Amino acid sequence: MMLADLWQIVASDAFWIATLRIGTPLIFGVLGVLLCERAGVLNLGIEGIMVAGAFAGWFAVYLGGSLWTGVLVAALTGAAFGLLHGVLTVPLGLSQHVTGLGITMATTSLSYFAYRVSFPKLTEPPRIAPFAELDFLLPVPVLGPVLGAQTALTILALALVPLIGYVLYRTPLGLAIRMVGENPAAAEGAGVSVTATRIGAIVGGSALMGIAGSFLTLAAFNAFFFNMVNGRGWICVALVVFASWRPGKALLGALLFAAFDAAQLRLQQSSVGGAVPYQWWLMVPYLLSITALVLVARKAAYPQALMKAYHRGER
Amino acid sequence: MIRLEAREQASRTAVIVAPLAAIAFTLAACGLLVLWAGAPIGRSFAALIAGGFGSRFALAETLTRATPLILTGLAAAVAFRARFYNIGAEGQLYLGALAAVAVGGLHGGAGFTLAAPLLFIAMMIAAMLAGALWLAIAAVLRTRLAVDEVVTTLLLNFVVLLFVSWMLDGPMKDPTAMGWPQSVALIPELELSKLVERSRLHTGLLIALGAAALLWAMLKFTALGFEMRAVGANSAAARFAGIPVNATVIKTALFSGALAGLAGAVEVAGRTSYVTLDMSPGYGYAGIVVAMLAALNPLGVVLAAIFIAGMFVGADSMSRAVMVPTYIADVIVAVALLAMLVAAQLVRFRVRWTA
Repeated sequence: MMLADLWQIVASDAFWIATLRIGTPLIFGVLGVLLCERAGVLNLGIEGIMVAGAFAGWFAVYLGGSLWTGVLVAALTGAAFGLLHGVLTVPLGLSQHVTGLGITMATTSLSYFAYRVSFPKLTEPPRIAPFAELDFLLPVPVLGPVLGAQTALTILALALVPLIGYVLYRTPLGLAIRMVGENPAAAEGAGVSVTATRIGAIVGGSALMGIAGSFLTLAAFNAFFFNMVNGRGWICVALVVFASWRPGKALLGALLFAAFDAAQLRLQQSSVGGAVPYQWWLMVPYLLSITALVLVARKAAYPQALMKAYHRGER
Repeated sequence: MIRLEAREQASRTAVIVAPLAAIAFTLAACGLLVLWAGAPIGRSFAALIAGGFGSRFALAETLTRATPLILTGLAAAVAFRARFYNIGAEGQLYLGALAAVAVGGLHGGAGFTLAAPLLFIAMMIAAMLAGALWLAIAAVLRTRLAVDEVVTTLLLNFVVLLFVSWMLDGPMKDPTAMGWPQSVALIPELELSKLVERSRLHTGLLIALGAAALLWAMLKFTALGFEMRAVGANSAAARFAGIPVNATVIKTALFSGALAGLAGAVEVAGRTSYVTLDMSPGYGYAGIVVAMLAALNPLGVVLAAIFIAGMFVGADSMSRAVMVPTYIADVIVAVALLAMLVAAQLVRFRVRWTA
């Protein structure tokens, strides 16, 4: 019964379309976390930076900007808060845990405040025209029906995976990022500025987190809602461990997670699944993330200098 | 390039000036937000302070809000002392509230009766157990499997809220609540009495103050308190000195979860009398800020909790008086946290600019 339902779900185009859609913000988010952590800095600001990106990107479009302007504004918003996180945690050496949580609280509440100031007496959230689906991809064999139902942001997310992989493993910049995350003293010895490289990686990663948020308001939905990020940022922090900090595995992890989520959403509506309280189904993504962490935790190869502040001349 | 140099001795002026400077910075930054909202700055801040601390009623309301914040602040303080980052106090609070109502509701059901004071104690113990055991999951995952507790406690918060939502929709739903998801109310005998007439302030405040004093004494005078501080200061050295690090982390987690669970029970018994899905406006997360502002000192937690509660209560009345969105309270709290962290660091270190 359940298995037959499941098979029907997995065999449908709708399932794969949903998987990519659910996966897109996670791909941006996991890549963002990956950049920060590869440079040795935990960024728990992600949850709030996604809220800020979702709001700022949407607001820019609402004020008349183009959709891509919105994405740019979201990226810049993320980058700005990333810079704050970087300055506080790298040269000032504040606790990465607490600073990140503080940034999440600040960005979330600032976004809600800005929304309320801009729309004081509103019951229905104002809407924008979101990214259109890429109909011209529909004739592509095999993948056409799935890719054609996506937006340009999904393609951007997919393209970023090999790009970030290339930068990390094939360029001096990527080597510098990995070095400051593994052995900052050695990096300093090789003439790499630990402070600048770490801050740069956090700024770049946070920009991606901002874009992750903007996908929600500019593509997945067409308005800004409170609580719309709903733990997706934390899920990305878990997924990057599952992906052992590799871009390719990050894509795989995000899609695998999204596939479970898409299947769960559809099973809820099936005859058997409907008998289970909907709250149980909604727990699945969070429990899955924890399971993923548990599965890999023992052998997870954390970047060696993750969460360790670096002060020159100290050991 | 910036370099940090440890100060040999923090100057006494710096210790006093730094937190004041952090508060001044916070108020200045939030002043900009008030201006953005188009409200007069002087009147807004006057409304904020008067609303939080300016009258008997305001003070009573602030202390009412401070009560759960003291307990969640203690939960964070004890955990962070041992470097066990419990970010899940919000979830533990809800589970505590649910457990309290479940045990309190046993009264009269299925022929079970118990004197109200005994049942009240059972209720509080159940709440503490619920919070403690829930956090123990994350603690065991950390000590046995090296799973980072930050992410698990954060994710488990969402699981708890969904669980509570299901309980309030189904097994524990109040059938007379006209479709609202809320639990059955406690019988009046199990509710905490009022401390101040015509206010919401209840004797739960005394429970919170007692917990702060006990925790302070425990950390200062007992072997377990010493072990917790040692594990937090340097876990490798603690292990070398023969302290069972993993066992200490788990004990810390039990304490921390119990305090957060107690916060939920006290809220139910003192203020709401039943569980709803919005009974906590983020007390669990704000508790982390309280603990940090207090530099993880249990007695400092009391003061920090009153300050933060005053900001929340004051922002509510400011929002009514001058139409500034109440979210400004959350901004003030977050900015205060970051500013205070920087200030504390500058007291300990000297910033050197080198070429």
